[in-house]
Amino acid sequence: MAPQGEVKVLGAWPSPFVMRPRIALNLKSVEYEFVEENPGNKSELLLKSNPVYKKIPVLIHGDKPVCESLVIVQYIDEVWKDSTSILPSDPYDRAMARFWAAYVDDKMFPTMREIVAANEDEAKAAAVALFKEGLSLLEEALVKMSKGKKFFGGDEIGYMDIAFGCYISWFKVTEIVSNVKLFDESATPHLVAWIHSFSSHPAVKDVMPETDKLMEFAKNVVFPRIRAAAAAK
Amino acid sequence: MASTKKEEVKLIGFWSSPYSRKVEIALQLKGIKYQYLEEHDLKNNKSPELLKYNPVHKKVPVLIHNGRPVVESLVILEYIDETWTQEPALLPSDPYERAMVRFWCKFIDDKFSPAVRKYLSLGPETDGENARTEAQECLKFLENELKGKKYFGGETIGMIDIVAIGLAFWQRTLQEITDKDLMNKQDFPLLCAWAEELLSCSVISDNLPPKDKFISLIRSRREAAAATSK
Repeated sequence: MAPQGEVKVLGAWPSPFVMRPRIALNLKSVEYEFVEENPGNKSELLLKSNPVYKKIPVLIHGDKPVCESLVIVQYIDEVWKDSTSILPSDPYDRAMARFWAAYVDDKMFPTMREIVAANEDEAKAAAVALFKEGLSLLEEALVKMSKGKKFFGGDEIGYMDIAFGCYISWFKVTEIVSNVKLFDESATPHLVAWIHSFSSHPAVKDVMPETDKLMEFAKNVVFPRIRAAAAAK
Repeated sequence: MASTKKEEVKLIGFWSSPYSRKVEIALQLKGIKYQYLEEHDLKNNKSPELLKYNPVHKKVPVLIHNGRPVVESLVILEYIDETWTQEPALLPSDPYERAMVRFWCKFIDDKFSPAVRKYLSLGPETDGENARTEAQECLKFLENELKGKKYFGGETIGMIDIVAIGLAFWQRTLQEITDKDLMNKQDFPLLCAWAEELLSCSVISDNLPPKDKFISLIRSRREAAAATSK
């Protein structure tokens, strides 16, 4: 029996975190209403549904809100359990997926911001080197977790694919705007192939922002904000 | 289903680390036998085992189950609950309630603990009003979450209680030493009652750092921090 209650996602098109529940719902073939929020003018519904952080994404299932993108993905996986599984079934494999998902949020995304914020060549080079160290760990993780298949989740997209793949457009934009090369086929061949497989997956391609559109938004809004925050410290 | 094959469980930890103690509490609540390996010098001389089993972060705690390491305390706690399914369940079975538990655990680690630590670490000369307000707002969220329950987990200790243990001992001790008014009975009656309830359980109190030794450690760290900031 399909779980009761309509599904809404409160989000915004540029946000990598918002992509996560959308990909998960698409994988499960769950219909949902996407409500575009304006971060500069948050709706009453958002403020009421996420009083702790007042941030997107928020999933509203029936009348129950779920917040924090990876918490939402796990909720989706557990509610619509008759569909394709997002987390693996073995506890150790689940722990690995959760570990690497936390790693990309705690290390890779902040390092990307450091690349953007760097206003000297030395600082930028150091941040790029740190980012690439992380990529080589993730390359190893991909080889291990995929067991020879295309995705971290194996034949199909899984938890870690969703957690990491949502950043792809942002990494591309960072490469262009900061004039750096982050992904290198010779250094991380599996990751480069994975980027292509993930981006073209039917559950992903319609919710991944186009690079050109995102670049304008990044250059005009987000990257100046990142640089200002870094300068204020 | 109880496993009948030989199981080897080890934990690399550090006596004063709340993250390390949280994992020990979870293992003991479930009645899991394990070998404890203490890191003697986390700062200057990490053990070869630690570097081998946690090469990415080089931190405690590290759970090693039949030779395979699991790191990061929230990941370890879920691993324990999913591997050893006997009572008590650390997470509820309903997906929405599980989402709420995960949300609050992440809140405690990402927002609550840093805010409380930040306020309690401020020196006496610093104006801590903003930091105090932020810490208290975080405390209010948890106070509301208790809603008259004995524990965050209801009648039994659950994952949120374990993850929030820092508040019941570590942060409360820091509060006592710094003589700062943060978590008091008037503003946070439920949290204070919860902390007392938790500390009266032997599985919790047996797994806390010895208070005097811990107080000495905090004092020496604060003196060192004050010296380097001059």
